[in-house]
Amino acid sequence: MSDIADPQKEIVIEATHGWRFIAWRELHEYRDLLWLLVWRDIAVRYKQTVLGPLWYIVQPILTTAVFMVIFSRVARIPTDGVPSSLFYLSGLLLWNYFSQTFQSTAGTLTNNISLFGKVYFPRLIVPLSAVISNLIGVAIQLGLFAVIFAIEKAGLRGASFGLTSAAWLLPLVFAEVALFSFGIGLWLAALTAKFRDFTVLAGFFVQLFMYASPVIYPLNRVPARWYFLAALNPLTYPLEALRHMLLGANEPPAYLGILSLGLTAVALVSGLIVFQKVEKNFIDVI
Amino acid sequence: MGRPIIEVENLSKRYRLGTIGVTSLRETFNRWWDGVRKRSASAEAKDFWALQNISFAVQPGEVVGVIGRNGAGKSTLLKILSRITEPTAGRAVIRGRIASLLEVGTGFHPELTGRENIYLNGAILGMMRADIKKKLDEIVAFAEVDQFIDTPVKRYSSGMYVRLAFAVAAHLEPEVLIVDEVLAVGDSAFQKKCLGKMSDVAKHGRTVLFVSHNMTAVTSLCERVICLAGGRVVMEGPTARVTEQYLSAMVTHSATWQRPDGTPPQPDFCFMHARVTNSRGETCSIFDSDRSPTIEVDYVVKRALSDAIVTARLENSQGIPVFEVGDTDALGVTGRPREAGTYRGVFSVPAHFLSPGLYSITVGSGVLGRMAFEVIANVVAFEILPAKCVQSVEKRSPGITSPLFPWQTQRIA
Repeated sequence: MSDIADPQKEIVIEATHGWRFIAWRELHEYRDLLWLLVWRDIAVRYKQTVLGPLWYIVQPILTTAVFMVIFSRVARIPTDGVPSSLFYLSGLLLWNYFSQTFQSTAGTLTNNISLFGKVYFPRLIVPLSAVISNLIGVAIQLGLFAVIFAIEKAGLRGASFGLTSAAWLLPLVFAEVALFSFGIGLWLAALTAKFRDFTVLAGFFVQLFMYASPVIYPLNRVPARWYFLAALNPLTYPLEALRHMLLGANEPPAYLGILSLGLTAVALVSGLIVFQKVEKNFIDVI
Repeated sequence: MGRPIIEVENLSKRYRLGTIGVTSLRETFNRWWDGVRKRSASAEAKDFWALQNISFAVQPGEVVGVIGRNGAGKSTLLKILSRITEPTAGRAVIRGRIASLLEVGTGFHPELTGRENIYLNGAILGMMRADIKKKLDEIVAFAEVDQFIDTPVKRYSSGMYVRLAFAVAAHLEPEVLIVDEVLAVGDSAFQKKCLGKMSDVAKHGRTVLFVSHNMTAVTSLCERVICLAGGRVVMEGPTARVTEQYLSAMVTHSATWQRPDGTPPQPDFCFMHARVTNSRGETCSIFDSDRSPTIEVDYVVKRALSDAIVTARLENSQGIPVFEVGDTDALGVTGRPREAGTYRGVFSVPAHFLSPGLYSITVGSGVLGRMAFEVIANVVAFEILPAKCVQSVEKRSPGITSPLFPWQTQRIA
């Protein structure tokens, strides 16, 4: 405890009025906790299940298989000229990260009442740790993607797909999705602390939102009159960009990216404000 | 000695009774609608001040006890000082690292091993990983769990669990340590060890704020005591003087109570009179343990109530509730309608049930889960004398009651 004799370490406790923004210094002081929580999330997931990390692979494989049968064979929705397995898998890769991060962030306050009711630490540490620990799943699923990619390439049907030079920007795509899911997750966390109705809503929302995002269909199949809705969905651009980078699918227009980034910024900033406003006294109302 | 390490100035905390526990949109909407139709003054009346203008200061190295009955505001004060909730008004300044043991073992994960939980719990309590590593051996030794350190804590006995949890917290070395009732757990040997550790902490110039019902622990640890009642500081001073007054305040409670003249009458419901009687119906404040104290409560219902319950809570001299009974419990309902009129409610505490000591009764009335008409704390009190015939008079049996059970013993083989 290096800061123990720090005379500036003076904690003033009083009612805060108005808006607060992030207490960076405090978050930095608790950085060890952040990493320990990330590690805990992973360790616990590994210890509690028989298959452990295999689940990261089983779930997308089964989902992709189901999608291939229903949406590709039965409904005959085209997959933008790339093999349907890779099309769905790439979509799920990003979608799963979004839905997991969103849902764990949304549960931050309600799932940690007993902890938050007894100890103080910056509450944001908990959802931040979920944002990071969920990346483990992404890494494993990227590996799965690489394997399927190689299989499809070898089995080659026209081989009209492949990595593009933009693939090195992949981390940026995930960074944006991380910030977006974090932002709206914080909104939901604040709302569920006041109204439990939103717990139900959050699960429902994720289910429906998938159909509103180009996970099982490419953007170019969206009818022109609905196009503006797809454009207003901040996940449209990352999904399309991901497929362009990894599979050489159509490149989404740049203005979609700017719009998506703008909406992400709005979600993030407003989410942080609302969350921090609720978080300070939520223990009293729960 | 310079500046105090804890400085509390006019700290107040308000709870909106109406808004506690809002869980669905519909309720909120109903409340809002009620608010629109009625005057907003009714909302004001539901405010409850858990703390009102609390001020005190603690110097570095002091060990200060905070005492008071349940509901006096102790936990609220601790929650504010440990930054779990914010005050409504006023401020507190803490000059140094603060750690609270509001409940030990928070953040323990059952699937993780003892060692892993030490790291996790330490970090939750504000330690850096490097510091935990340095203290690991010390913590393990203190908790006496050496052999099990790599076993998931879900396989720990509750004693081991608590010991480990306390050990982590005790090795935090903050400048200010807030302790609340942790000593209620663990066996007595470990409790002694915890008390020892806390005095060590204090000897090293650190400050301890110790909140407890346990007057023995308070007396042995603290130099100074702050006594809260009704959200205010009612007494403050050297431990011996304050605890003595606090305890004797319990004793002077009498076996009868009459509603004082001039107290504002309640609109719907009003307690008028209460007393403790013996089997002959005489007012009595001292009972042998083989006698049954009877509690009698008179009240006036001013206008017909569609649903109401009258409750009585019995607390022992440490403020620990022994039981709470409602006058409709035996009917299997949580309330019943009452016409306007004067009523008398009577119940008896069985003989051979309470341990020797002082007890006080708190009466209340209201609609369960919705509102309280009136609550009068410690309205009457009585004393139970030690049993004459039972051998272990000196050695008080553990537990807050001492029921006498007719055992049936027969030789079966």
